[in-house]
Amino acid sequence: MPSILTKEDVDRVAELARLELTESEREMFIRQLTDILVYAQQVCELDTTGVVPTTHVLTNQGTLRPDETRPSLSRKDALASAPDPDTEKGFFKVPKVIE
Amino acid sequence: MTGLPQGVCNIRDAVATGEASAVEICQAYLNRIDTVDKALNAFNQIEYDTALERAAAIDRERVPNDSRLLLGVPIAIKDNICTRGIRTTGSSRILESWVPPYDATVIERLQNAGAIVIGKTNCDEFAMGSSNENSAFGPVRNPWNLERAPGGSSGGSAVAVATEMAAASLGSDTGGSVRQPAALCGVVGLKPTYGRVSRYGLLAFASSLDQIGPLTRTVTDAARMLAVIAGPDPSDSTTSDEPIPNYLKSLTGKLDDLRIGVPRNILGEGVDDKVLQAFDEALETLSSLGVKIREIELPHAQYAIPTYYLIATAEASSNLARYDGVRYTSRVDLDPKVASLSLMYEKTRAQGFGAEVKRRIMLGTYALSAGYYDAYYLKAQQVRTLIKSDYDTAFTEVDSILMPTSPTAAFPLGKRAHDPLEMYLADVFTVSANLAGLPAISVPCGFTSDRLPIGLQCIGRPFDEESLLRLAHGYEQATTWWTETPPI
Repeated sequence: MPSILTKEDVDRVAELARLELTESEREMFIRQLTDILVYAQQVCELDTTGVVPTTHVLTNQGTLRPDETRPSLSRKDALASAPDPDTEKGFFKVPKVIE
Repeated sequence: MTGLPQGVCNIRDAVATGEASAVEICQAYLNRIDTVDKALNAFNQIEYDTALERAAAIDRERVPNDSRLLLGVPIAIKDNICTRGIRTTGSSRILESWVPPYDATVIERLQNAGAIVIGKTNCDEFAMGSSNENSAFGPVRNPWNLERAPGGSSGGSAVAVATEMAAASLGSDTGGSVRQPAALCGVVGLKPTYGRVSRYGLLAFASSLDQIGPLTRTVTDAARMLAVIAGPDPSDSTTSDEPIPNYLKSLTGKLDDLRIGVPRNILGEGVDDKVLQAFDEALETLSSLGVKIREIELPHAQYAIPTYYLIATAEASSNLARYDGVRYTSRVDLDPKVASLSLMYEKTRAQGFGAEVKRRIMLGTYALSAGYYDAYYLKAQQVRTLIKSDYDTAFTEVDSILMPTSPTAAFPLGKRAHDPLEMYLADVFTVSANLAGLPAISVPCGFTSDRLPIGLQCIGRPFDEESLLRLAHGYEQATTWWTETPPI
């Protein structure tokens, strides 16, 4: 397991997370995330061979509702908070995706 | 507040019988907010008009023997819980002007019970923090000492209750965010069992850990709040259909059948002497009430913090992907010549999120990324199983596990802000209950020599809030810590 995070690691993660970092944020995150990961690596001391991972602690299936249609948000309400809605056609508009 | 009833149960009874009007009570709380919140910054939004309109409607519609459990009770809501028509920001720039088109299920339930939403409380951005310093709208101040942090992330909810700006509040608790600020502000904070309360309408942080819970002045008030908000919800498939007992009837004052466990092995390093002293005195009080106390082991407790921060950040990195500039109000302005979708995402998120939220998104994305998933995320989920089984084992011998809520009392604002790892260690006693899905409560149990409150944490079996509330109530009735109020 790597103990030092490189500038390339931080850039790669920032790209995956869709976060533009400033130069000072990049420097800060290299240092802080390394500290946190070094600390977090103590979980690796434990032998977990055969231990089933816990994804959630629910003891039952949870509450399932009948699969029936019911009233939901109107298109108008759903678009009300959008930064660039096309209320006429009912779209969320975004900048161009393909050159 | 002279002459008016205080606390959830007293206010409700006074309004139900007509002894006091909902309007005069609501106005008194709004006046109190106007007097003290400038110094405290506990509210992001104060609902003067809608709260008074609602109070007037309650006075008009009240019927003889009105059975609604929260009739006319002014309640403050953490600003990460959706309120229809009321701005809900998560204390983040990225949602600064977002107005939800729907109510969270807990809000519907409070309103059906006759409660009045008096305002939205400040918190750490998206509930990520232990000091309330990560809010985009400035830190909340601790009413016991304005230079100290109120704890977090539900700092505003704790301060609102501690200073009588609300009779009760709701917070959310992912790793201690209800209990720790409750302890640092001298009020009661309850995190129910995972699945006991619907999270529909809660801005999701870490979905396998998040739970909504009440903050109140007394355990009785917490029991009443839980009675209103608990139960299955068709809109949240993680809610449980376990029967809901009558929580108020469980407060019998009889404790001599209860057995509690104390994990002495984790109460050493980093725990303030005065916190330990108050904790030991609380054990003596409980012993005198007939509670049987024994030492227990939680062998994997030291791994709780790293496990928690790997799992919580991984889930957060996924949950916060939705704030992308498409649906929720904020988007950076881009030169149309260079604008592209990915540039819009990156710049909107860079501008909208604060440092701690970015840090956690980065950490979580890393822990989930190719090559590191098994080593960090999967490993943490396995350790989570070991931590949970420690509790399962302990609960074969005891009914509740006790430890301090926080290793220290309120710390100075700014003291830990520069070192994220040091801040994370503040959660050492609270994160396990979330990892294991257990109910836990913090109740006031003393003060430091400079008059800062200390909290006692009781952790219970899944869906056994009854025993937990009974224990906490019995302790509360035998002490007077909860009657103390901050100097503001």
